[in-house]
Amino acid sequence: MNSSSAFPDEVLERVLGMVKSRKDRSSVSLVCKEWYNAERWSRKHVFIGNCYSVTPEILTRRFPKIRSVTLKGKPRFSDFNLVPANWGADIHPWLVVFAQKYPFLEELKLKRMFVTDESLEFLAFSFPNFKALSLLSCDGFSTDGLAAIATYCKNLTELDIQENGIDDKNGNWLSCFPESFTSLEVLNFANLNNDVNIDALEKLVGRCKSLKTLKVNKSVTLEQLQRLLVRAPQLCELGTGSFSQELTCQQYSELKRAFNNCKNLHTLSGLWVASTQYLEVLYPACTNLTFLNFSYAPLDSEDLSKLLVHCPNLRRLWVVDTVEDKGLEAVGAYCPLLEELRVFPADPFDEGVAHGVTESGFIAVSEGCRKLHYVLYFCRQMTNAAVATVVQNCPDFTHFRLCIMTPGQPDYLTDEPMDEAFGAVVKNCTKLQRLAVSGSLTDLTFEYIGRHAKNLETLSVAFAGSSDWGMQCVLYGCPKLRKLEIRDSPFGNAALFSGLGKYESMRSLWMSDCKVTMNGCRFVAQERPRLNVEVINEEGGDDSRAEKVYIYRSVAGPRRDAPPFVLTL
Amino acid sequence: MGSYIETELIINHKDTELRLGLPGSEDNQQSCNGSIVRSNKRSFSSETTSVEHESICKSNNVSSDTSNSSTTNNDHDHDQDTIQPKKVQVVGWPPIRSFRKNSLQQKKVEDGCGMYVKVSMAGAPYLRKIDLKVYKSYSELLIALENLFKCTFGEYSEREGYNGSECAPTYEDKDGDWMLVGDVPWNMFISSCKRLKIVKGSEAKGLACL
Repeated sequence: MNSSSAFPDEVLERVLGMVKSRKDRSSVSLVCKEWYNAERWSRKHVFIGNCYSVTPEILTRRFPKIRSVTLKGKPRFSDFNLVPANWGADIHPWLVVFAQKYPFLEELKLKRMFVTDESLEFLAFSFPNFKALSLLSCDGFSTDGLAAIATYCKNLTELDIQENGIDDKNGNWLSCFPESFTSLEVLNFANLNNDVNIDALEKLVGRCKSLKTLKVNKSVTLEQLQRLLVRAPQLCELGTGSFSQELTCQQYSELKRAFNNCKNLHTLSGLWVASTQYLEVLYPACTNLTFLNFSYAPLDSEDLSKLLVHCPNLRRLWVVDTVEDKGLEAVGAYCPLLEELRVFPADPFDEGVAHGVTESGFIAVSEGCRKLHYVLYFCRQMTNAAVATVVQNCPDFTHFRLCIMTPGQPDYLTDEPMDEAFGAVVKNCTKLQRLAVSGSLTDLTFEYIGRHAKNLETLSVAFAGSSDWGMQCVLYGCPKLRKLEIRDSPFGNAALFSGLGKYESMRSLWMSDCKVTMNGCRFVAQERPRLNVEVINEEGGDDSRAEKVYIYRSVAGPRRDAPPFVLTL
Repeated sequence: MGSYIETELIINHKDTELRLGLPGSEDNQQSCNGSIVRSNKRSFSSETTSVEHESICKSNNVSSDTSNSSTTNNDHDHDQDTIQPKKVQVVGWPPIRSFRKNSLQQKKVEDGCGMYVKVSMAGAPYLRKIDLKVYKSYSELLIALENLFKCTFGEYSEREGYNGSECAPTYEDKDGDWMLVGDVPWNMFISSCKRLKIVKGSEAKGLACL
């Protein structure tokens, strides 16, 4: 018996196999060689936050027994059209390697990746045990790809299609699930537009007895929804179709009864276009609701208030700003357990008469919901005093994302910059992990961040700051910073260089339309060979400026698939 | 030093001073200061997805020597009284996902308050928007487009399309197909047109040959 190892490998693997958290596994792997090996052999799930930080070959060499992969591709600002099409993050080369090395792959969760129909077909054919597919904010595929998944993945339990740039040709893919197929547990096609065959959907729902999550799209009517609910009273998460059909009295009471029978619902979403009169049918199902996602349902304050009375257990709420401050007052009044609030703009480009929410709504929520720790708030006006009040009421914020929609807008009452607002946030909220700033901001904001935000991991900056000093404060002051994304701010080479000692400990840095130059980027690339320094410049621009810079650590070396507009320095 | 931010970012949100420089008009750029001032940006078009891209040139007219250019803009606007440019938009701002943006815009068209569609032209730095309801016929629309993008379409014929011209107007219909403007009756066109694109040169001829 080898006296240097306390346990036989199998035992060590067994024990370490129970370690689930990514951070813990990382720590485990650093203890000693035996632990490193036991950890890598026992790992079933891997998370890759930047698909270019590693190659599929390196990954499969280290972790031979992976069953589940989460991959994130493009920089986050690609969601807002700041990254040109065909930038990369193609899933296909990964699938090819996985087909060889992970033939028993069960689960794939992709975010901001480029996925083609061919890739989806390849996936469907290559992995006989494949169970769960989740695509969020991806692009490159059509509903044909979904048809391949539905047709050939015999063991599928999860199909979750969210907010993708999908070529939505038709709803036929849903009819591709064979009649013998019964394993589905999660089905989310809420963001597809075309009609599906409602008959096929009913039969599918009827025979999949383990279905827990069903999120249909807006083409499904109330009447059709009722028939689905009757077949799946065990649902825990429901995304309704359009809530606005003319119903007869009988249909109405059948619908009400159907909702009444769903005793396990904890998550509700959808609604899309909701008629006030039908929202009542939801009330019986609301008691156990913990998550209400009305981010695509422009409700008014009255409808929301009436509904929230019935939702005392709500933990997470996503709404459109049509609910206005009055609606948020109701949130504060009726949902004391609320932990997360997201308010999306109905009219982000001010094309109509927009009211939206203001600082009063924000304060109202903070007064009633003292456990609030996650906020995403789009508004047209804000004051320093209001934000200070909010974080006094709710000091436990871990995620604070405030978007004042006009770039560079000051405190509308005092006309001062919003520096003190974010100063208050970082001073009061010691657990803050993620921060997005907006409004008129000088370097003072960043001084505050550098001085106080010691747990900050992600920072998003737009149209802010006065000089290099601002960015320097953040780079010097935030030890846990992992992701920094900046646009349209006056930070140049001096600021860029002050992060030289830090970028390798971060996932990535994005800077677009700042004052960084090509020479500055070249310098970084030279000094730090383990970083990929990529620049995207448009044609006809100034050749010395680096318009879009994306810097990230990688063990994969420079990209081999970079398109012509991406220059790797 | 850091003072330019204080003077240049005071924007009254009710009356934004952000102005759009029209193609061919005086250059409104200020020297690069990394804030909201930007030179002509190209639009990133995507063929495969339904994601829409907008690139708009924006300039800040706070200092007095740029007030001339804002006047120039206004004059220019009044000349083209059939075209009402919409409020300028910064690329990717506010930061909401393309998917959500598209859902909202679809909804707007369904609401029937004006029928604004985007117009793009390959090589132009930014897109425009026009209200189709303002026009009564193809000829009115084409004249407006010619003015907006400083191009000419030539004679339309069913057989040859827009023959003999450097440009041709195309549109995306409800099915997502790109069609030549002019083939179907005006009312049918209005109800099915989702967006317009002016194609140039060989692309234009390509359609005409079909």
